[in-house]
Amino acid sequence: MASAKLASRASASTEGAAAGAAPPGPSRPRRRSFARAEQRAGAAFAVPGVALLLLFVIGPAVVSLVLAFTNARLISPTPPEFVGLENFQRAFGEDATFHKSLLNTFLFAAVVVPLQGGLGLVLALLVNQKLAGRNFFRTVFFLPVITSMVVVSLLWRFLYQEDGLINSALSMVTGGAWAGQAWLANPSTAMGAIVVMSVWQGVGFHMIIWLAGLQTIPEEIYEAGALDGTTPWQRFRYLTLPLLKPTFVFVLITITIAAMSLFVQVNIMTAGGPVGSTSTIVFQIVQKGFQQQQMGYGAALSLIFFCIVLALALVQRHLTRDRD
Amino acid sequence: MTVLAGFFLFPIVFMVVASLKNDHQIFADMNSFKAFLPTGDLSLANYAAVFDRVPFWRFLGNTLFVTAMVTGFGLVVNSMCGYALARMRWKGRGLVFGLIIATLILPFDTTIVPLVYLVANLPWVGFNGLTPVLELGWLNTYRVQIIPFIVNAFSIFLFAQYFKSLPKGLEEAAAIDGAGWLRTYWRIIVPLSKPVFATVAILTVVTSPATWNAYLWPLMTVQSEELRPVMVGVQYFFQLDTAWGEVMAYMTMITLPMVIVFLVFQRAFIQSIASAGMKD
Amino acid sequence: MQRRNLMKLAAASGGAALAGPALAACTTTSGGSADGELALWSQAAGSPAEVEVTEAIIKDFNGSQDTYKASFEPFPQEVYNDTVNAAALSGDLPDLLTVDGPNVPNWAWAGHLQPLDLSTELTDKFLPTVLGKFQGELYAVGHWEAACSIFARQSVLDAADVRVPTMESPWTREEFDDALQRVVADGAYQWAIDFSTADTGEWFPYAYSPFLQSFGGDLINRDTYLSAEGALNGPEALAWGQWFQGLFTSGLANVESPVGAEDFMQGKAAMAFHGNWGALAAMDLYDDMLFLPPPDFGNGPKIGGGSWQWAVTSTADTAGATSWLETAFSDEYVAEFCNQTGQIPATDAAAELTEHYGTDGDLRMLVDYSKAYAVLRPETPAYTVIASVFSQYAGNIVHGGDVQEALDAAVAEIDADIESNSGYGF
Repeated sequence: MASAKLASRASASTEGAAAGAAPPGPSRPRRRSFARAEQRAGAAFAVPGVALLLLFVIGPAVVSLVLAFTNARLISPTPPEFVGLENFQRAFGEDATFHKSLLNTFLFAAVVVPLQGGLGLVLALLVNQKLAGRNFFRTVFFLPVITSMVVVSLLWRFLYQEDGLINSALSMVTGGAWAGQAWLANPSTAMGAIVVMSVWQGVGFHMIIWLAGLQTIPEEIYEAGALDGTTPWQRFRYLTLPLLKPTFVFVLITITIAAMSLFVQVNIMTAGGPVGSTSTIVFQIVQKGFQQQQMGYGAALSLIFFCIVLALALVQRHLTRDRD
Repeated sequence: MTVLAGFFLFPIVFMVVASLKNDHQIFADMNSFKAFLPTGDLSLANYAAVFDRVPFWRFLGNTLFVTAMVTGFGLVVNSMCGYALARMRWKGRGLVFGLIIATLILPFDTTIVPLVYLVANLPWVGFNGLTPVLELGWLNTYRVQIIPFIVNAFSIFLFAQYFKSLPKGLEEAAAIDGAGWLRTYWRIIVPLSKPVFATVAILTVVTSPATWNAYLWPLMTVQSEELRPVMVGVQYFFQLDTAWGEVMAYMTMITLPMVIVFLVFQRAFIQSIASAGMKD
Repeated sequence: MQRRNLMKLAAASGGAALAGPALAACTTTSGGSADGELALWSQAAGSPAEVEVTEAIIKDFNGSQDTYKASFEPFPQEVYNDTVNAAALSGDLPDLLTVDGPNVPNWAWAGHLQPLDLSTELTDKFLPTVLGKFQGELYAVGHWEAACSIFARQSVLDAADVRVPTMESPWTREEFDDALQRVVADGAYQWAIDFSTADTGEWFPYAYSPFLQSFGGDLINRDTYLSAEGALNGPEALAWGQWFQGLFTSGLANVESPVGAEDFMQGKAAMAFHGNWGALAAMDLYDDMLFLPPPDFGNGPKIGGGSWQWAVTSTADTAGATSWLETAFSDEYVAEFCNQTGQIPATDAAAELTEHYGTDGDLRMLVDYSKAYAVLRPETPAYTVIASVFSQYAGNIVHGGDVQEALDAAVAEIDADIESNSGYGF
């Protein structure tokens, strides 16, 4: 959704400029044949991408949409039957694990979005300074991003053990006052543990995006600001932040989508436990639809998920729209 | 900042150090800073054991091949699509853009089962000598690991964004010189857009579910060991008894190539994201 | 994939960009059919010893006749079921494949497998728990069985003044609870017993549901196979759940004990409930190892039975597959598998050929436990869902969730699934 907004704004500005200036273009008849050629070429350029998209992305999504209203099994000797809204009644009415998963997913997103977005900006500001070794720090902060989530999850599962490294480190920092605990085995800390690991893994990516935004701000603006005798905080608040608005929208929406789709970490580290405290929507989709072979029900959960994320994206787009 | 750097580095340092120790040493060192230090009985035995357990070079070759194909074809297909959306007027453009935006929020994990079913029943023209043969089903091939992942809504979006920022009138000027659309695109647009190509290439390698991190998909669609990618190999170490030292060694081995690539291209990468970034 | 074909393909496609291996349809290892090719899959990837034995059998088989040619593809065990289900979804199963015992009914019901055409003369030699059956038909046979037991050390039990149980007189619940208290009394061990709870997947129902059965409960009502009501949430099941949870809440067992009885091997836990596959490593580590029968909670000691077995797919060449099985199930191969992997031989004759499981072998008791205590997981297609649901809710119990609530929820999910599948043919 960010994309739609950004795109429409970008095209509005460039097209507006073109219309206003009315650049010396080709003469009228040539322009018409140019437009016809443009029609054909435009479609031709888009065809490979659109065809693949329809076949491999939209197609399965539509199949999934249809399956949501059936009792289809992953493997079964009996053909699927149309069951109307039964799957949705089960999801909203009876499935306590799913209710918990909905809540967990929102909770995760509500914590991770500001944390990862904010920390990403802080890191970007740090490594945007002209200091020695900034390339080293950029690399270090980005290192987890290029490490596979499968690898990262296995690694952190190890570190979070009761006698694991995290507890040893905390115990040392607190001078032995910290009594170790098994982070992933405790329902009240497991989700927090996954949040920390996820931010650790993903923040480098958003650092780079923020950095990209920062580097599009011309130096002259700050020079002008410095001459007026402003403090660094004022410069950040009134110059940098407004100029980072497009980046902000982009970061907000990409983190939200990623956070709502939380799955791999949960699958490898906790399998939704302990006591359902880390079960998420996508984890339920895979567990019910694939592991327990209830494909129709899994598809119904997918549809619910899609609607939720779509609604969230629309709301975010609405809230971050330009008011001018 | 050094403290922060420590926080980001310590799990990775632990992984590399642990890969040099035997299982008992790893567990014994867990509750002290020895976990980060190459102390005790160190050896490359875990690395040697990895080669006994997993056909590593074969897996690595598969991953490199699939990654190169998905990324290479992806650059061509997605950039052309993004170009058509950004700079050409044609019927259905609005609809296509809407579709692409909608698929941005569709996580791959939720459509994987219908997709398996689809690729299992897709036809393909193979060759027996020189005679074309119609085959049914894509399972257990390289193409099943490549073709479904060429198109990527996010890549198209990034390309479209960048192309919009290029000066207006490039095409019309080229048209006056007699250049067709393809020629204009190839000769004028692509050379002006190197940063966005670099960015999309890197993002594809890092984030696509079919490239370096491919795991769930090849698991479900590829049965032959000869075609498996590196991430599936991780599971080779979780047979009845988990050999943790070997796991650490293997994980180090499959992380290292990415780190090297990143170190080599680091400067270019950050600059390219910066210049291809979210322009308003 | 043969290089020769690749070269031809490359030539045929005129050296186009795609003329890498991408064009070569590699179908040699899949697709069961009557073409003289026998494709085999197993869960042994990453376990070189097991792969070696299977390949040796194939080599002998291919050398012994000209009609069939077998080929083999190993998969990682953790993800094997997902891979097979995906292949079944698209009709791409091989001719023969291994299947974990409890999944045989599900795969047979789904139509993946065909009944085996083996003489009873051959199959009668095998332990009853390695025969995978569904509704009276035989669908799978295993080379080996696995058995869990209580791993303990003589010196530790002696020091804690704990009686060593025997098959004639196993520990009662009271004795077992008392023993657990005693072994940690002096503080030398952090945990009394290691249950390897971090192992997810099949381990939970395999290892823990036999305790439930010894208490008098079960995963499902085995008279009808139509409901888990009463069996999994009745008073016996509740007693099991509360007892099991108590071990963790009282600190006798580690909620998050690593896979493979690592706490026991590290000297952090005094005992372990672990499988035979860890026995040799434990004996290497400790010279006074005991492998004790599980406690009797009222309905006799119980352990899980049924491990990986060979089955023939429904599209396979029946004659070829049967012929391969007849070759593979000789006592020599059974013994060879077990010598290489440390598993328990499925026939008595083979047991005598092995180092550890013969009449005087140091792990002989595991064969006896298997014969006396092994309970099969319920032989119903619903087991796939039962296993997943039980893992989830037994996990809740281990982590301190309300026991009755967890059991009732598990029953509700299992019963709903059985109903939506019209009883799975029962």
